[in-house]
Amino acid sequence: MYAFNYHRPASLADAAKLLGSATDGKFLAGGQTLLPTLKQRLASPSDLVDLNGIAELNGITVSGGSVTIGATTRHAAVAASAEVKKAIPALAALAGGIGDPQVRNMGTIGGSLANNDPAADYPGAVLGLGATIHTSKRKIAADDFFTGMFETALEEGEIITKVEFPIPKRAGYVKFPNPASRYVMVGAFVAETANGVRVAINGAGPCAFRHKEMEAALAKSFSADALKGIKTDPGSMNNDIHASSEYRAHLVGVIAKRAVQAALG
Amino acid sequence: MTNQGIGQSVRRKEDFRFITGQGHYTDDINRPGQLHAAFLRSPHAFAKIRAIRLDTAKKMPGVVAIYTGQDVAADKVGGLICGWTVKDKKGDPHKAPRHDIIAIDHVRHVGDQVAVVIAQSLSQAKDAAEAIEVDYDVLTPVVDVVTALKPGAPQVHPDAPGNLCYDWEFGDKAATEAAFAKAAHVTRIDLLNNRLSPNPMEPRSAIGEYDPGTDTTTVYTTSQNPHVLRLILCAFVFGLPEHKVRVIAPDVGGGFGSKIFNYPEETVCVWAARKLKKPVKWTSDRTEAFLTDAHGRDHVTHAELAIDKDGKFLALRVDTKANMGAYLSTFASAVPTYLYALLLAGQYTTPAVYAEVKAVFTNTTPVDAYRGAGRPEATYVVERIVEAAARELKMDPVELRKKNFVPVDAFPYQTPVACVYDSGQYAKALDEACKAADYAGFAKRKAESAKKGKLRGIGFCAYIEACGIAPSSVVGSLGAGVGLWESGQIRFNATGSVFVYTGSHSHGQGHETTFAQIVSDKLGVPIENIEVVHGDTAQVPMGMGTYGSRSLAVGGSALMRAADKIIEKGKRIAAHLMEASVDDVVFDKGTFSVKGTDKQVPMAQVAFTAYVPHNYPADLEPGLEASAFYDPVNFTFPAGVHIAEVEIDSDTGVTTVANWVAVDDFGKVINPMIVEGQVHGGIAQGIGQALLEGVVYDKESGQLLTASFLDYCMPRADNLPSYKVGMIETPCPHNPLGVKGCGEAGAIAAPAALMNAITDALGTEEITMPATPLKVWKVIQSRHLAAAAE
Repeated sequence: MYAFNYHRPASLADAAKLLGSATDGKFLAGGQTLLPTLKQRLASPSDLVDLNGIAELNGITVSGGSVTIGATTRHAAVAASAEVKKAIPALAALAGGIGDPQVRNMGTIGGSLANNDPAADYPGAVLGLGATIHTSKRKIAADDFFTGMFETALEEGEIITKVEFPIPKRAGYVKFPNPASRYVMVGAFVAETANGVRVAINGAGPCAFRHKEMEAALAKSFSADALKGIKTDPGSMNNDIHASSEYRAHLVGVIAKRAVQAALG
Repeated sequence: MTNQGIGQSVRRKEDFRFITGQGHYTDDINRPGQLHAAFLRSPHAFAKIRAIRLDTAKKMPGVVAIYTGQDVAADKVGGLICGWTVKDKKGDPHKAPRHDIIAIDHVRHVGDQVAVVIAQSLSQAKDAAEAIEVDYDVLTPVVDVVTALKPGAPQVHPDAPGNLCYDWEFGDKAATEAAFAKAAHVTRIDLLNNRLSPNPMEPRSAIGEYDPGTDTTTVYTTSQNPHVLRLILCAFVFGLPEHKVRVIAPDVGGGFGSKIFNYPEETVCVWAARKLKKPVKWTSDRTEAFLTDAHGRDHVTHAELAIDKDGKFLALRVDTKANMGAYLSTFASAVPTYLYALLLAGQYTTPAVYAEVKAVFTNTTPVDAYRGAGRPEATYVVERIVEAAARELKMDPVELRKKNFVPVDAFPYQTPVACVYDSGQYAKALDEACKAADYAGFAKRKAESAKKGKLRGIGFCAYIEACGIAPSSVVGSLGAGVGLWESGQIRFNATGSVFVYTGSHSHGQGHETTFAQIVSDKLGVPIENIEVVHGDTAQVPMGMGTYGSRSLAVGGSALMRAADKIIEKGKRIAAHLMEASVDDVVFDKGTFSVKGTDKQVPMAQVAFTAYVPHNYPADLEPGLEASAFYDPVNFTFPAGVHIAEVEIDSDTGVTTVANWVAVDDFGKVINPMIVEGQVHGGIAQGIGQALLEGVVYDKESGQLLTASFLDYCMPRADNLPSYKVGMIETPCPHNPLGVKGCGEAGAIAAPAALMNAITDALGTEEITMPATPLKVWKVIQSRHLAAAAE
């Protein structure tokens, strides 16, 4: 690890100011990607601006039709929240299946979304539920947030503050983990929401995406059988030593069916 | 005493310090004035080093020295050796090209050492290593044996033409060919034994330290065999006198073979420490471990089994190409030869066996012994082809095996490949395993799986291994550069407590408990009064270390001999105290007594008298201690049967290990709990090899694609079933404990059992290890099994 300056601001304004004045600063949330990267000397930021001291970024509220999760809320807190479990059980289950206990007790939803690792879990839920991402500057719809592999709509210095999930009628999340890393190799988040059926596929491609053909089929009939015969283009899939793009495309169908079954309980 | 002796599941004495974080590993040790080493490693699989520029790096803060291969060469340090010379078909010795501790003109695998920085702190050493500039002429690498043997392939070493280390044969070729000529049936199989990365929990680490006052060099290192390392460093690498070098291998967190070998890094630490007269420390990080810890396996094999019309095996013919990696590691040459071909008869009466093995250099990490070392590869060949033969002949695999087993009344049994099996009950193990696995109910379970759209398979493996590696005369005649005895010493203190010194080394096996149990049982001393000392050449007089499941069979036997000497001397002291004739004194359960009387003296009193010899035999030396060496007359031959049952999700290709039965014959068992633990760990590694683990190099660039746990798949608890472990005991007839060794059995048996189950489920032999979901799914697609299952 190379040396860096460490800051722990107590307000969003201070955080933005600190990052702005750093030559090559980075925000630090749970650090589950950033710290291993630093330890392996693969990055050398001049400054780390730790967001964990900003009280308003942490916490879970469930009110009316939505679950709102603060950006620095740990995965373990979401997984253990009785309110989340009641409102969107698939979301709590997703959080409880991220990484291992150590990761879940440090990793945050804001960090996961801002990093947008193609093999991350949270993008599936955010896209699958049609959540709204609140930042220090604006609100961004899930459909506009994930722009590519490790790419998001966030601008330089923009901080995710919270994520607002509309409570669906029902939802299910199933993932097929990479055998070695246990990151998502193919994930499917399926939800029947007030605005229709949404199917988000994560892990399989460079970035989480909605499977429109599956959504249309499930809108007609919300059942696993409705997905029979729907193919996914291998050309849009990742390809590595663990899974070819053809295998991933096949798994999208299998896992989406299982996610529907999970949603149906 | 009854709950501490032989046969009791005594809790491990060493676990308190391990599970409370109080173990002392090499990296926990810091010496006064210690400097830190960081290696600059090759980013290329094969390249010529044109120039190395150190100017910038040398000026960096904290840098004490930077050395390249030229500096090592200038000091006339020898290269690393291979300690076992294999002679090829023509009788010529294998090719062992120079193995420099820092590369001189070429780098031959990704991770090869290019330079070492010695600095005040590790961070400073790493910073400076990054500032070294190297100009390379990048060459085309070769990573697999098939390509490496082709004409025109890149040449890894100029002095190993065609990349051939040796072309070796074993067995009776003429008899084998004659048997094939008259065979009613021939089964053929092509197999890949996948390359594995050992991944012990504790990475390698070393500290070199030199004391100019006494001209003594001390090496703290993660070694499975400190005395052997001392011998190699002194006699072959540095030319130092052995009495001026001390090797300490303190607590070592797993080895699996990978810590047997003499590595460049520890050697550099010793060399640099002597040069700088300061302690020099290096600890591998996990990436370095993947790149430089000797890998295991990596065979490409074609095998053929000749069978007569009644299903009796007539002959086995095996052709294997074994990957040695870029350099010949310490015992690499022996693994695909003498530790492999000698086991190709398996548990069977196959009268003729012939094996050809080509060992091949490639631009990859060196390959050497890894848990089982040659025997898992042999077992994989034998048990895959036997199962395949049963399928081709439409015979029950259990019946085919039984028809060909060496029968109980045939021991000692001379195989056609040199081994004399000493004892065994092969059919009994198979019968018990079948019962425990409910083989009779398998068809019903398969039908139930099919109803759920799942494919179910069952696979058998009747393995045999040659353990307790020794005897010296035999291994010497086969090319070993060392003897393979073991030494033990028992030293009583005046107050009756005991030090036990063993030349074997525990890096997880539980010697401190098992060896204490042996001594406790034999001498009647409570195990809490026994301290087992190992891993320090200054404390333990001599030793050969731990590998090949030899510690108990060889090291334990040495201790039994030492204990006999203690009893012998104790009888003389006791006779004196009881005013009796030595011939009338008997020893039992810690007490000396005079036959036919009520006179008795406890061991503690004898020990006290030996050190406070006020009333003592005039012709007897004081003191109560004894040393013994043990060099066995034969290998031991643990054997057994593992049965795996799998269920495959035909939608995803995911294999679930549904059931696992092991019935092993390790001879006499000292501590059943520890033995069971060894079996569990071995099976986990075997399941790892068959289902999950595999080192992958990029064919074009030679880059290691599985260089972290993100891509190298280690077995986890949820990959494994609850095993049913049973044992039968056929005591080894030729060592005093009757023990055979248990450390490698699981890793030897499991891959074949599991792959036989998977190929049974899929209905084809055409799948290689690791049988990942991707590979299984591809087979399912190509065979349209998914539709059939639906």
